[in-house]
Amino acid sequence: MPLQSRHLLGLDGMRREDIQLILATAVSFREVLDRPIKKVPPLTGKTVANMFFENSTRTRLSFELAERRLSADVLGFTSTGSSVSKGETLKDTARNIEAMKIDMVVMRHSAAGAPHYLSKVIESNVINAGDGGHEHPTQALLDMYTIRERHGRIEGLNVCIVGDISHSRVARSNIYGLKTMGANVSVCGPATMIPRDIEKLGVDVYNHLDDILPRVDVLNVLRIQLERDAGRLFPSIREYHNCYGITRARLEKAGRTMTIMHPGPINRDVEISADVADSEHSVILQQVLNGVAIRMAVLYLLSTK
Amino acid sequence: MRKLKAQIMDEAGLDRTITRLAHEILERNKGAESIVIVGIRTRGEFIARRIARKIEEAEKVKLNIGSLDITLYRDDLLGKLEQPQLKSSEILFDINDKNVILIDDVLYTGRTIRAALDELIDLGRPSTIQLAVLIDRGHRQLPIRADFVGKNVPTSSRESIRVHVKEVDGEDSVLLMHPEENE
Repeated sequence: MPLQSRHLLGLDGMRREDIQLILATAVSFREVLDRPIKKVPPLTGKTVANMFFENSTRTRLSFELAERRLSADVLGFTSTGSSVSKGETLKDTARNIEAMKIDMVVMRHSAAGAPHYLSKVIESNVINAGDGGHEHPTQALLDMYTIRERHGRIEGLNVCIVGDISHSRVARSNIYGLKTMGANVSVCGPATMIPRDIEKLGVDVYNHLDDILPRVDVLNVLRIQLERDAGRLFPSIREYHNCYGITRARLEKAGRTMTIMHPGPINRDVEISADVADSEHSVILQQVLNGVAIRMAVLYLLSTK
Repeated sequence: MRKLKAQIMDEAGLDRTITRLAHEILERNKGAESIVIVGIRTRGEFIARRIARKIEEAEKVKLNIGSLDITLYRDDLLGKLEQPQLKSSEILFDINDKNVILIDDVLYTGRTIRAALDELIDLGRPSTIQLAVLIDRGHRQLPIRADFVGKNVPTSSRESIRVHVKEVDGEDSVLLMHPEENE
């Protein structure tokens, strides 16, 4: 059964069958990544444009690798040094690139909804690689893949997301996806970082880690975005670390082994201590590897639509 | 619904054919030493396992058996409306310098075999690749020939061949079906 949409804009409203199809397809691509020649031909002749209007290393490399491993031709684009800085509109930029006969667009933009807008003005398939504080669907899909790989299921697991929920597209996409797949989702952080009305998405809210940790199966630790003057949201980095930093001592006190995830890049000893990030319960590097397989699955499934 | 035209093999017939194919493979390769077995999903995988078991019984050896999902290598993938469900290939051994016995249930246009050859070559450099099929029904569209054939069945291209195996279909048989009535 094919995907419902010909774009991947977000997990809000995505059907459970669609998420399951993407996760199942990614298993096949994960196997390809273990081969001596990590390349298969299904996107031969297709051209994918990676339009990154906002900085990214990991996501851009992951998409680019996924595209190349499916034998697609890849166009790179970053806003610095392009006509965007000369005042060209998003629509004009995209339509100019599309005029060169491309088939798919992977887009990151600082404005929420930018990929949704793009999908209405161009013919290509659009994949959202992060739009402002809105969604980052492939990150949530790779998180769910990693959870399933580790626990064998998603349904019924207690997943807690810790950090700046207000400004996190990773949190938002994870909440939509995990709820659809039947997980119990909670968020934890200082009140200044929890959006009002977040309960309406069906999550439990905690302001103290120790209240929720003893029941958690999967802990997804968000990065503190020091560059987005997060300093206004809490008194000091040290205080944040003391209250919300994931440390070995805190986990031992909770008395429960849990899977530790982080979307990267990590600030060691801010939101997560170095020994926890490197511990056997941390799946941070598996997330990176699974990300390539998930993106291959999404590109493959959208390529015939 | 297609109607049955003839039964080509029953359970005993299928077993005899698989036994003969196993012995022909052994004869051509002078034993089982360098052989690895690769079946094409879905039905070819089960035929491959049975041929492998016959070889193992005859030679008292243990063979490496793998399966290939050729979906990603199909030449009609981008034109298809319905995307086939992707399954994984499972070849957990080295095929370099081995004699790979590639096994499928029915040889028809040859396009599946072309895809399988491309995928195998991406996995390594076998010494030889030999093709064994249960049924060769003709109508090739590519210059591909099987090394071992269970049975040649002349067909019209509007007819179809159904290979049933116990593991999937609950019974062992090979059936020739009439063309679709509304065709």
